[in-house]
Amino acid sequence: MKNNLKGWLYLLPAIVFLAVFMVYPLIDVFIYSVEEGYNSASQTYFGVGLFNFNYVLRDPYFLQAVKNTLILVVITVPLSTGLALLISLGLSSIKKLQDLFQTIYFLPYVTNTLAVGLVFMILFKPTAYSEGLVNLLINFFGGRSVDFIDGPYWAKMFVLCFYTIWIVMPFKILILTSALASVNRDYYKVAQVDATPSWRVFTKITLPMISPMIFYLVITGFIGAFKAYSDAVALFGTNLNAAGMNTIVGYVYDMLYGDSGGYPSYASAAALVLFAIVLTITTVNLLVSKKNAHY
Amino acid sequence: MKVVLSHLTKIYPSRTKGGKPVRAVDDFTFEIPDGKLIGLLGPSGCGKSTTLNLISGLETPTDGKIYFGDTDVTGLPPEKRGVGLVFQNYALYPHLTVRENIRFPLENFRGKDKLTNEEMDRRALEAAKLVQIDGLMERKPAQMSGGQQQRVAIARALVKMPRVLLLDEPLSNLDARLRLQTREELRRIQNETGITTVFVTHDQEEAMSISDMIVVMEKGVVRQIGAPQEVYDDPKNLFVAKFLGTPPINVFRGSVKAGRLMIGSEAVLDIKGVPDGDITVGIRPEGFVLNENGRFTCDLTRVEVMGRDTSVVSTHKCMEGVSVRSIIPSEDKVKSGRTVRFDLKPAKVHLFDAKTGERVYYEVAK
Amino acid sequence: MKNKVSVGKVLIYIFLTIWAIMVIFPFYWMVLTSIKSYSSYNGEYVPQFFTLSPTLENYVAAFTQVPLAKYFLNTLIFTIITTAVMLVVVILAAFAFARLEFKGKDLVFTLFLSLMMIPNELVIITNFQTITSLGMRNTFLGLILPSITSIFYIYLLKENFAEIPDELYKAAKVDGTSDFKYLVKVMIPISQPTIVTITILKVIECWNSYVWPRLITDDEAYFLVSNGIQEIRENGFGRENIPAMMAAVVVISLPLIILFLIFRKKIMAGVSRGGTKG
Repeated sequence: MKNNLKGWLYLLPAIVFLAVFMVYPLIDVFIYSVEEGYNSASQTYFGVGLFNFNYVLRDPYFLQAVKNTLILVVITVPLSTGLALLISLGLSSIKKLQDLFQTIYFLPYVTNTLAVGLVFMILFKPTAYSEGLVNLLINFFGGRSVDFIDGPYWAKMFVLCFYTIWIVMPFKILILTSALASVNRDYYKVAQVDATPSWRVFTKITLPMISPMIFYLVITGFIGAFKAYSDAVALFGTNLNAAGMNTIVGYVYDMLYGDSGGYPSYASAAALVLFAIVLTITTVNLLVSKKNAHY
Repeated sequence: MKVVLSHLTKIYPSRTKGGKPVRAVDDFTFEIPDGKLIGLLGPSGCGKSTTLNLISGLETPTDGKIYFGDTDVTGLPPEKRGVGLVFQNYALYPHLTVRENIRFPLENFRGKDKLTNEEMDRRALEAAKLVQIDGLMERKPAQMSGGQQQRVAIARALVKMPRVLLLDEPLSNLDARLRLQTREELRRIQNETGITTVFVTHDQEEAMSISDMIVVMEKGVVRQIGAPQEVYDDPKNLFVAKFLGTPPINVFRGSVKAGRLMIGSEAVLDIKGVPDGDITVGIRPEGFVLNENGRFTCDLTRVEVMGRDTSVVSTHKCMEGVSVRSIIPSEDKVKSGRTVRFDLKPAKVHLFDAKTGERVYYEVAK
Repeated sequence: MKNKVSVGKVLIYIFLTIWAIMVIFPFYWMVLTSIKSYSSYNGEYVPQFFTLSPTLENYVAAFTQVPLAKYFLNTLIFTIITTAVMLVVVILAAFAFARLEFKGKDLVFTLFLSLMMIPNELVIITNFQTITSLGMRNTFLGLILPSITSIFYIYLLKENFAEIPDELYKAAKVDGTSDFKYLVKVMIPISQPTIVTITILKVIECWNSYVWPRLITDDEAYFLVSNGIQEIRENGFGRENIPAMMAAVVVISLPLIILFLIFRKKIMAGVSRGGTKG
């Protein structure tokens, strides 16, 4: 009896924090999402139903945000995972400078997304004084200048994808490099003794061995990319709707707060839609990975 | 301090749903005399470690009582019992030096027992000297050999002058040479301090060589208690007979017919006092005497020369197990051939009930 | 044969170097721009890749014309308090899960683990309302409270605590060590590497946090660096003073980069054990 009490006592702070800031909000978000016409100031609403979902799903800003997010996910997840795999393979095949490369590659992980986003912005943005470094490069190769920050949609999307990949690479390289390092050397020795060609070693030994980690990266990559927000803010500023570059998460926050804010019910509905999408995709991913897992 | 275990029983609830509860220790009654070293012996899962935990107070018995001297300690928490505990994996605090490890128990003393810093250091050094590691006081456990670490663990158990010292497989992690050394060391320390000590092991040789008395356990039940030689010479049942001795006792399916002990078709001994019927025959390896005209015939497999003596490996169709191992003096030469014949030393031949495994006593017919 | 192999190696090195430049270049550009004077930066139609007349005027501007020092201090306070309180909460909970026996432990632990899958985006809405209705907008309390819970770290530390052999606990128990003393004197020192890792990861997380601070503060006096830099970008120096902006970016980025260079091995090991960004 005394022991029971003691255990709960040690857990108490964690439970209190979780209850107030996770469990209660989790229940509350469902309640908000069905309260129609909720008013933040008076904390009143005049009906219960699915109107909030209906509104959100018809809101052009939301549809734009979904489109942006989907494009971002579809482009960045495969590209970054593939590129990270190539880099990790390169890294694990060298000895000299390996440590230095690894350290450099990890740098974006410890940088402030908002701060470094500014650097990307000045690299890509033409100003009154200069075309910006990237445009000068394009000009050098005979292309025409593009405003990547305030210009055409595809250009803005390109920068967003580019920056997102730049930001997520450290984590993926790190995971894949350690996965590659943890493959038992004996397999390679045996393969060498059997005169296995190197492409076969890669597809038949290395890839199956690290496939769980690749799946892990794809799943976390999907989840992460669906939650993209601060990289977009870093590049295009806080008014993402005006730039046409909002993301789903951005839409949620805009509904909650800011110039267009004060609608927690819409925000909740949008957040639940996002959660449903992420949950579906994660489940599908898990099912696919179960089917294809090599061991 | 004598330790009395009275009808000690520990029952664990079943781990699987609907399974039977496990009787880890079943009705254990024994009085450990003051100042003796007792070896608790048995295969893994026999309840010997549970018994130790019950004595230390880390676990509370389902039933039964424990007395230290005349005091009932059954309900006392471990820290109030004054026991020292040593584990197989040493359980030293890896981040503390040897001195800090040994001092650790003393720092828990409160109130009138509280010691000064100097007193703690003095006692730690004293304990370290006793186990001869006083030259390594500032080392961390990771910088020491297994044997040294185990000495530190013993010093830590001794420093608070426990009433009872409990050792849980203390030598099992050491390599063969160190094990022998530390074993002698343990015996010396126990003799010097005179602390009642309970020693748990699955290694029968270890238990026999070090203990004043051994307790053989199987599945929570005590199968035999006695002085090591007595238990070896006079096993009460087949389990104890099989468990003690290397190489192990050879077991045959035999029978008694009209005063003759039969193994297969051969009458190997003439005996009295046992009714006719099936019987289990246990023959110690040293119970075989090489004799060309012997009464017991085995199929010879090979002869292993071990220097001091010779091990004859053979097979027999009534054997339980793979091969018959007999140890004979190296002067006796085995003639090569397909069979080998022995006479048996009656003192090394034990009979057991074919069903219960309980010992069946007999007299040799002259 | 030997020649062929080294050609492959050269290609690998070239490939790796290209990516290294991609990673390093923004950092180089940010430092370079921050030491160019306003006029020379704007005078370069083709930006120069180096400068012969470095200046610190932008750093002076960053600290005098905008409240960068204030943002910096706020972030420091926020990071230290959040991390410290989180450590206490996490250590106590991990200890309960790993070492203590009590009714309902397994059930609570399973509940904790399932909460780990709940994205922040779902709960932030109500938290925003909660903090607002408690009148804690623009306070450190409002910033810190919802940032403390970290189930993943409880899980990580619990696993680490559970690796400490039972015998150590038994030995300590027999010697009369209380549970709390055992936690402080034995478990925490032994698990120190994991605790350091958790601390560093939490510090990185706090230092870079943007969304929650943005929601909960609109008074500049409580801005953290992320919001500060966004503020500087949008209303900053009165004119588009990019060198000064870059100076602010350098100042903001530097602490974590230094932390990383010192604890490189620890951070990378910690992150590969399951930290995702954000």
